[in-house]
Amino acid sequence: MSKAPRKKPAQTRAELDAVTMESIESMAAAVHKKIQGGQKPTLSFPIRSLANVDYDSDVGYLKIGDATSERTLTYNTAKGFAQTLLLMEFARSQIRTDRHSTKREAYYISKNWGEARFDEQPESDTVLDDIEAMFAARGVTREQLRFTAEEHGGSVSGELVVIDPAGENGADVFIDCTAFGSGSYSIPTDVEGLRFETSAKFILCIETGGSFDRLHRARFWKKHKCILVAMGGVPSRACRRFVRKLSDQVGIPVYAFTDCDPYGFANIYRTLKVGSGNAAHINQFFCVPRATFLGVTPQDIVDYKLPTHPLQDVDIKRGRDAIKNDPFFQSHRVWVKAIEQLIDSGDRAEQQAFAAHGLDYVHDVYLPQKLADVKAFLP
Amino acid sequence: MAAKSTSTAPGAPDGDSGPPKKPVRVGRTADEMAGQQRDISVSEFFSKNRHLLGFDNPLKALMTTVKEGVDNALDACEEAGILPEVIVEITRVADLERFGSADAAAAAASAAVSSAAAGAAASVAGDATRTSQPVSAAASDPARPASGGDEDSLFQRTLFDADADPTADKDVDEKEARKEARKAIPKVRGRKVTDPPERFLIAIEDNGPGIVPEQIGRVFGKLLYGSKFHRLKQQRGQQGIGISAAGMYGQLTTGKPVRITSRTSKRKPAHYMEVALDLQKNQPDIRASRDVEWDRPQGTRVEIELEAKYQKGLKSVDTYLRATALANPHVTIRYRDPEGAWQVWERATKQLPAEPREVQPHPYGVELGMLLQMLKVTEHRKLAGFLENEFSRVTKRAAIEICELSGLNPETWVARVAREEATALHAALGKVELMNPPTDCVSPIGEGLLVDSLQREYPNAFIRAVTRAPAVYRGNPFQIEVALAHDPAKIAADQTITLMRFANRVPLLYQQGACAISKAVTAVRWKNYGVTHPKGALPTGPMVLAVHVASVWVPFTSESKEAVASYDDIVKEIQLGVMECARSLGQHLSKTRRTAEELKKRDYIARYIPKISEALQKILEFDAAERDRTTERLTDILNRSRNL
Repeated sequence: MSKAPRKKPAQTRAELDAVTMESIESMAAAVHKKIQGGQKPTLSFPIRSLANVDYDSDVGYLKIGDATSERTLTYNTAKGFAQTLLLMEFARSQIRTDRHSTKREAYYISKNWGEARFDEQPESDTVLDDIEAMFAARGVTREQLRFTAEEHGGSVSGELVVIDPAGENGADVFIDCTAFGSGSYSIPTDVEGLRFETSAKFILCIETGGSFDRLHRARFWKKHKCILVAMGGVPSRACRRFVRKLSDQVGIPVYAFTDCDPYGFANIYRTLKVGSGNAAHINQFFCVPRATFLGVTPQDIVDYKLPTHPLQDVDIKRGRDAIKNDPFFQSHRVWVKAIEQLIDSGDRAEQQAFAAHGLDYVHDVYLPQKLADVKAFLP
Repeated sequence: MAAKSTSTAPGAPDGDSGPPKKPVRVGRTADEMAGQQRDISVSEFFSKNRHLLGFDNPLKALMTTVKEGVDNALDACEEAGILPEVIVEITRVADLERFGSADAAAAAASAAVSSAAAGAAASVAGDATRTSQPVSAAASDPARPASGGDEDSLFQRTLFDADADPTADKDVDEKEARKEARKAIPKVRGRKVTDPPERFLIAIEDNGPGIVPEQIGRVFGKLLYGSKFHRLKQQRGQQGIGISAAGMYGQLTTGKPVRITSRTSKRKPAHYMEVALDLQKNQPDIRASRDVEWDRPQGTRVEIELEAKYQKGLKSVDTYLRATALANPHVTIRYRDPEGAWQVWERATKQLPAEPREVQPHPYGVELGMLLQMLKVTEHRKLAGFLENEFSRVTKRAAIEICELSGLNPETWVARVAREEATALHAALGKVELMNPPTDCVSPIGEGLLVDSLQREYPNAFIRAVTRAPAVYRGNPFQIEVALAHDPAKIAADQTITLMRFANRVPLLYQQGACAISKAVTAVRWKNYGVTHPKGALPTGPMVLAVHVASVWVPFTSESKEAVASYDDIVKEIQLGVMECARSLGQHLSKTRRTAEELKKRDYIARYIPKISEALQKILEFDAAERDRTTERLTDILNRSRNL
């Protein structure tokens, strides 16, 4: 299942930055060379549509196809062309000065570009997405270009020390994730430069902050030698990237613990494991192919006699859609069966439903019982 | 009339005795019926049929009066070979009474509109005068004809009471006019639609040949007196009812006679007359007749006082006169509106239009009834001679061919042609090959003058005019002219185009939807020419389209002469003319678009190429000289490919 990535990615920030700078410069050089040769310059982008997305069971994520579109400079594309190069230039200057900007800030930066400025943020977002796709083909993420998302990454606690080179003058900062008391470490928007030290045996990714809190307060991570991650619904890019980097670097398994409903399977777990169809061009970085599904499974509802709620029409539709159209679920027979079982039962259960058996039941009984047989987890 | 209406009302209660009974049909004898048969007076006919003559409501009454006056003035001038100069003045009688003379009233009116407060005051005063008027006019006007008194008062009651005349009420155009009135009038100096009609004095003056005093009475004081009826010749009026009907309308609504000043020559004095209509006898009733001083060397001035409503907008006097000036570039029109503002349309040419000739019917499409009539009245005795001499473009050979086709001997006596033979003859008329009717029997405005006229209104517009070759419908020669002005700077682009319709140089303002011109314009595929065109409607865009139908006999859909009937030949000719203009417009539009595109390209290159070079310069860290070289080269590359 969780094969190591084919190429060992560059590790340190300096190495990453060198790759990124080289990418920017070689693309600009190619454009310049064409112009010198009296030809119209072109830029090549992977096509970012669902038609060009596939589930690659070898690499274990939704992968963008090989289809690319050549964008040739004409008078019609002159503005977009200029904006793309200006944003690349801005990324380069960010790397050189070690700065970050959000998409919104990038939009405001363009106000200094005179005629080439963006009038609305959706314009700059589109150009940024194009750049991201273009660089993804060279193994460079948007975060490496120093454009960060606004959303927060998620919470972490447990047997982990994060080494962040964000101290004064680039000094390493050591963050002990056991030392936040009743609070927790918050995943930053850019996780590219982080390194890790841990003796944990696995990572448990939890859907809700409530369940995360219950396990954290019970010091579940200490008893079971693990790292807890609160995803807060569908995991953000940073959260997925963080879990991916962490698990790749230390080589430990990742288990997902979500509600038992189609949203928990098809949206939260599927996105964590194989990425999203919308952003297939970046899935290679933003997914955790080694993740497996601990629960709550439809069988758990039966086995643990969990209180349930009836499935809504949207749930059923989402479940059917996953079986019918999602290449990930389609390639896993057991998942199709599990979803069919759920739809047939007509009921769903939340991960906090174990409280019906007592507040401690989830960490004292359910999780230990499940962890005793990790081979039985859904893929 | 009152007795008649109560005795024949169906289902009317029989006195006060009980509930109404079901009407029982009772047989009547011829003698009884004869008692009810009697002459219908002219005013009664007018009252019942005013919609046929263009007096269906106060708005239209004003319009029709101006129209008839102007038509008459132009026809008179042209017939005498004089370049027409027409003056139209519309004055509120209320203003006139307060200020003494028309000029003073106009001056006051124009001063009044310049200040809102003064305008409101004038309006209040006007209201007071107006409400007291109808009573005094009916009761005490000494100039009123005694004989017609009863009928006149009845007429006055029912003239604008729509319920009193159900036949007229059904008229589509009246509804349209009412709708229009609701929309368009409300703001005229604070008066509302619901106000009763006001009194206006309409004066129309020309520099024509004048009318000799002996004729003045008959021209203005007798309905159906004229020389135009049933002549096959291109002319404005056809029925000879216009100006005297306007005079009668004025007389019926205000009790005032028509006032005419006319002078036939510099060497003779001007003559002034007040002419009323004797409504019983259809005879002029001359109230005053005397020589007067007049500063004009020759011409005629007609003044009619009437109850009416004045509005601006699509179907206003302003629009009508503007359109008239467009279709008659040899005419100068001066117009003073009720607010005292003058508008002048100067002539664009000093060339009078060629005088149209009276013609014989062309064989194509002559109706059977008309053929039978012609066979009956002809002076020619043999069939071939009849065909050759009574029809346009029939040669001796063609006449013989027609006879052969219909199986008749050319030597047949016309009087002996039986009805069946006439039917065969009629069929044969459509089958022979003949020349088109002579061109000089219709007089088009001309492409050059149409362009000049439009150019004066829209100096920077794209303008195209087309005069089609004459064609024939039902044996009548006609000719279509189309002119188009496209001016995004002066005309709203998001609205339906303005369609101006003309029949023999007279603008048609009403019943646009029923008109062959609208149908033809709607049927053209405007989208092919790059013009927005909603389905089943007129196209949309910054455009004025004028279509002129000139013919020796324009087929109208009704007697009010407001819409051209949809004969296939006419619709087809209009379409061809419109398409010819539209094709040029399409070429113009795509050329404009290409030019705009070209400018945009140039602009894009100038704007964004330096930015590309700057970005490359910063990333690749080359010097300013290389940056400028890059900009230059890139501009070259794009300019080179642009024209490929």
